[in-house]
Amino acid sequence: MSKRETAKKKAVAKKITPWEIVQIARDAGRPVISDFIAGMCSDFVELHGDRAFGDDQGMIGGFATIGGERVMLMGQRKGKTVDENIAYNFGMANPEGYRKALRLMKLAEKYGLPVVSLVDTPGAYPGLDAEARGQAEAIARNLTEMAGLRTPVIVVVTGEGGSGGALGIAVGDVVMMLQNAIYSVISPEGCASILWRDGTKAPDAAAALKITAESLLKLGVIDEVIAEPAGAAHSDPAKTIEAVKKAVLKWLVELKKIDTDTLVQRRYDKFAAMGR
Amino acid sequence: MGWYTKPAEKPALKPTESLWAVCRACNTYVPREEWVKSQRVCPRCNFHDRMTCRERVALVCDEGSFSEINAAVTVSDPLQFVDASGAYADKAKATVAKTGEGESVLTGTGTIEGIGVVLGVMDFRFLGGSLASGTGERILLAAEEALKLRKPLIIFSASGGARMHEGIISLMQMAKTCAAINRLQQAGVPFISVLTDPTTGGVSASYAMVGDINIAEPKALIGFAGRRVIEQTIKQKLPDDFQTAEYMLEHGFLDHIVSRSEMKAFLANVLRYATNKLVEQI
Ligand SMILES: [Zn+2]
Repeated sequence: MSKRETAKKKAVAKKITPWEIVQIARDAGRPVISDFIAGMCSDFVELHGDRAFGDDQGMIGGFATIGGERVMLMGQRKGKTVDENIAYNFGMANPEGYRKALRLMKLAEKYGLPVVSLVDTPGAYPGLDAEARGQAEAIARNLTEMAGLRTPVIVVVTGEGGSGGALGIAVGDVVMMLQNAIYSVISPEGCASILWRDGTKAPDAAAALKITAESLLKLGVIDEVIAEPAGAAHSDPAKTIEAVKKAVLKWLVELKKIDTDTLVQRRYDKFAAMGR
Repeated sequence: MGWYTKPAEKPALKPTESLWAVCRACNTYVPREEWVKSQRVCPRCNFHDRMTCRERVALVCDEGSFSEINAAVTVSDPLQFVDASGAYADKAKATVAKTGEGESVLTGTGTIEGIGVVLGVMDFRFLGGSLASGTGERILLAAEEALKLRKPLIIFSASGGARMHEGIISLMQMAKTCAAINRLQQAGVPFISVLTDPTTGGVSASYAMVGDINIAEPKALIGFAGRRVIEQTIKQKLPDDFQTAEYMLEHGFLDHIVSRSEMKAFLANVLRYATNKLVEQI
């Protein structure tokens, strides 16, 4: 084997598979929203409740200051311990979580604050009570209202972008993903069990669904990939959070230059072009 | 999480199929002639079985008034998706040939008791009525047509959710269609959503649930997550009426349940209120 061929083989071997990226995106050591808030924000005033039913612990939001910029920050909340994860429902929001997020977005619009949305969820919670309280309606309402929101919306998928539960807070002027985050219409396991009739084919489904940041950038679904440190986000959370902060700040400056009518028109055009 | 739920396997009933129809809800055998005459409504349990999009158009539009738009927008394969059963492109081609439709929603203009509307009618035969790029594009263009003509948009949904074969592009159609609905909302153009069996997953979590008026057919399956997924998650059996139109009405997500035989008259009546302002402006 020639030297060149050996090097090529090595490069291929080093190339990480989509299924491996799924594991990294779900890694328990990956920074969660409380880490991002602590690392990115000089101030955070949590705002609770949807004013109709309750205060979903799976979705957190409030006023935040990032590098001197005042924003409305929100995102699904995963925990760092088993107890936290149980309390936060593993980052799977209920309808009142989406309604709380929408309430905060409307408040951001009223106060002229940009929205920064951090996405990390396996999906919206599939439970009996969630259905009874209208999980579908809550997500649908957010999609409809976010499309016309008269303030900039910056989205970063930091870990798992689980289907409609992710999209429910992800209709952004700019949508970014961390390098090893995933964003998908269905979990690879779910897709494999339906289309392959075999849940163990999840690696195949993960590849076919094109759920990595790199693929989604190529498809034009996201606008930017935020690089993670060597060894991925969990190996150096501080550096990862700093990279996210830098990217968010860059776009905050850019989007604030655009007048609101143009901003909303561009957001419409961007999503209208999806799949064309 | 399952966005696209496979329809329940039907029992093999080949020898009798030509003479009898079988209600999927109560398994009653109904003479096919009677079944057709009743517009696929079960005489015993009032279950409203699925209709093709063209049958639906014939049911609600004034005769000869419907004119298809966006026919050139058809199914595409942005991911070049291949699964265990083969290439999506082949499956899509076969579905187009089988149904004679270009996508899972038929769009067009027409009149209902003389009132001009723009229609979107989903067809479950087309890959389970799944929402994909072509579907989203047709719905967005239909909404833009409604906006331009200042005529109400009516969408009949029948869908298991987003089409997995187009992956993230299908997911984005939820945001895309809702962006179009937002425009109608801003412009004061009415949007009426009719949810038929089934309306679940990504379709219930997008345009189908945000009508000014949400209407459903009796006993239609309506919900977000699949029944099996929920049962596995909460580890308990769900009540029989869970995720039915009646359940959704009781929980405040529907304005009305309307029988097929009364759908046209009901829509016309609602449209006269909904277009009150539009008529004044003309
Ligand atoms: Zn029946």
